[in-house]
Amino acid sequence: MNWIADLGAKTLQYVAGLGRAGRFFAALTGACLIALSRFSLVVKQLYSVGVLTLLIILVSGLFVGMVLGLQGYYTLVSFGAESSLGLVVALSLTRELGPVLSALLFAGRAGSALTAEIGLMKATQQLDAMEMMATDPLPIVIAPRFLAGFIALPLLTAIFTSIGVIGGYLIGVQQLGLDSGVYWAAMQEGVDFYDDIINGVIKSLVFGLVVTFIAVYQGYFATPTSEGVSRATTRTVVNASLSVLGLDYVLTALMFGEI
Amino acid sequence: MQQKRGIDLIVGLFVLGGIAALVFLALRVGNLSTASVDNAYRLYAEFDNIGGLKLKAPVTLAGVNIGRVTDVKIEKAFYTAVVEMSIDSKYDNLPEDTSAAILTAGLLGSQYVGLEPGAEESYLADGDKIEITQSSLVLENLISTFITSGAGQGAAAQSGSESSGDDF
Amino acid sequence: MSETNQNQAHLIQVDKLVFGYGERLIFNNIDMVIPRGKISVIMGPSGCGKSTMLKFFGGSLRPQAGKVRFDGISVPDLKREQLFQLRKRMGMMFQSNALLTDISVFENVAFPLREHTDMSDSLIHQLVLIKLEMVGLRGARDLMPAELSGGMARRVALARAIALDPDLVMYDEPFTGLDPISMGVAIKLIKKLNDALGITSVVVTHDVKEGASIADYIYLLGDGTVVGHGAPEQMLSSSNDQVHQFMNGLPDGPVAFHYPARAIRDDLLGDQQ
Repeated sequence: MNWIADLGAKTLQYVAGLGRAGRFFAALTGACLIALSRFSLVVKQLYSVGVLTLLIILVSGLFVGMVLGLQGYYTLVSFGAESSLGLVVALSLTRELGPVLSALLFAGRAGSALTAEIGLMKATQQLDAMEMMATDPLPIVIAPRFLAGFIALPLLTAIFTSIGVIGGYLIGVQQLGLDSGVYWAAMQEGVDFYDDIINGVIKSLVFGLVVTFIAVYQGYFATPTSEGVSRATTRTVVNASLSVLGLDYVLTALMFGEI
Repeated sequence: MQQKRGIDLIVGLFVLGGIAALVFLALRVGNLSTASVDNAYRLYAEFDNIGGLKLKAPVTLAGVNIGRVTDVKIEKAFYTAVVEMSIDSKYDNLPEDTSAAILTAGLLGSQYVGLEPGAEESYLADGDKIEITQSSLVLENLISTFITSGAGQGAAAQSGSESSGDDF
Repeated sequence: MSETNQNQAHLIQVDKLVFGYGERLIFNNIDMVIPRGKISVIMGPSGCGKSTMLKFFGGSLRPQAGKVRFDGISVPDLKREQLFQLRKRMGMMFQSNALLTDISVFENVAFPLREHTDMSDSLIHQLVLIKLEMVGLRGARDLMPAELSGGMARRVALARAIALDPDLVMYDEPFTGLDPISMGVAIKLIKKLNDALGITSVVVTHDVKEGASIADYIYLLGDGTVVGHGAPEQMLSSSNDQVHQFMNGLPDGPVAFHYPARAIRDDLLGDQQ
């Protein structure tokens, strides 16, 4: 009978955690309004969250596009449909791979850094010190990071997708000899701005919100010890990645389900 | 302060790069240039069979894209398909006896609606219905017609299908 | 009437404070007064809740019973806004210094001024330099916290704690982890600032020698209660066993050397049977 009690306790704990996250989210939303009026703080975070993630996004995007070009070409050529290569590359990237892979990379690179940074600030009593200096750390420390993540991920996703399309072009056209005009024409024929590109951007906005929220939440509520911070960092990467993949299914079903 | 200016600059470049990527996606990858028909009017056409016509398929006039298919419904009373098309309002001078046909791009390509202008003086307006239509050519039906009725009657069968839009 | 008189002499009054985490009681009926303009030192063995006491002064913890008054104001009853108003009158130096790691020494000291005053940049600049001069680090204003030695970081934390000219400065373990020279500097600074600025100081420490050397008054905590209190000389010559053991650093006494266990004979022989 013990496991039933355990299950109940775990459930209660989980629900309480959700409640805490909800309260934190509400407070954070309010703090974001204040942080917007001190935009230089957000710019500073955009640098560490966005610019420093750019390299990994560029490299990954290029390689993913090149692999898509290669795999797509050899699959399509067996049906004599290699002229659709541009479409295959672009649709895979705009709809799925761009938003999802960018969000996963972002969680690994920027999300973990956010958690560790906030967790360490907590462990070294910097957040306590702000409280004691009669300053709420939420709008100064947490909200700028949250906003920066929310702004940065859609931009990074757009860059990832673009560079991926170019990667596909390099392989398909430059390497395998597909006609350049065919590559782009098939793409423009089949990729719809609203259905594919805007939906991809919406996905990345949602992912940015979720990943960054998980990162700052885990940092803010980390146990203020070195072990606690390292655990929180791991949790950020795991939870954020799972959330991205799960949400991707839900969003895909909502967006493309009817067709 | 110098360092702060540098960070501002780099972040500005980053944001610009992201926006440039979005613009690239919109114009080069997507078809924003042709997709958005802001000022459009609707026309309807009734077909016996639309074959593989899909939503958002192009509507062309003399081979030029002037709109797209926005809806496909079944007319319950006659078991026919009603296709709703959104036509760019720049092209507001389609004669009333314009005909619509479902055509195929290439041998196995996607299907689209082709309009053929008539000679009437008055023009089609928002919500009007195109009366003269030609259904999609369904390959299987065509082949079976050839097999069952021989080559001599093949031409007759084809002319029959051409007027099938209004012979119910 | 008598209460207002007391308020004149005492900046902080703690009455019958009770607090604990779960089953474990950390404070059991503690009474304490912090006299104005003096240096009070709270001492006690590790884990006795010395630092926790500061959290009651600052209002980040609420007692389960009892009262904490700052200048006559009941701290636990304050709303967040009011508490923040009150905290502008307090400065705190954390054990880990808690300098904000992403901004320079200058900006760290300027932080409370920028947050809470409408002073012009040039005025803030002058004030910060004055505060840094007091701790002897005017020349280090452009360094980042990571570039400071432990002793320097602590002095910056001190400059930041006094940036708003508070009534009360709290020092959490100010002598821990410092080399002898830095320790001497810290002692001198705490004393100097207390006298020069007329502030009230509360120092939490377990270093008896250093604590006693700057204290006007000492509170010794242990087992959730006040074990003894008095002027340093009284404490050093106290006949109370517990006070005597702590003040003289004796390994065994009322605070036992051995963690509670069964008799050693049972422990050693018990396994063989």
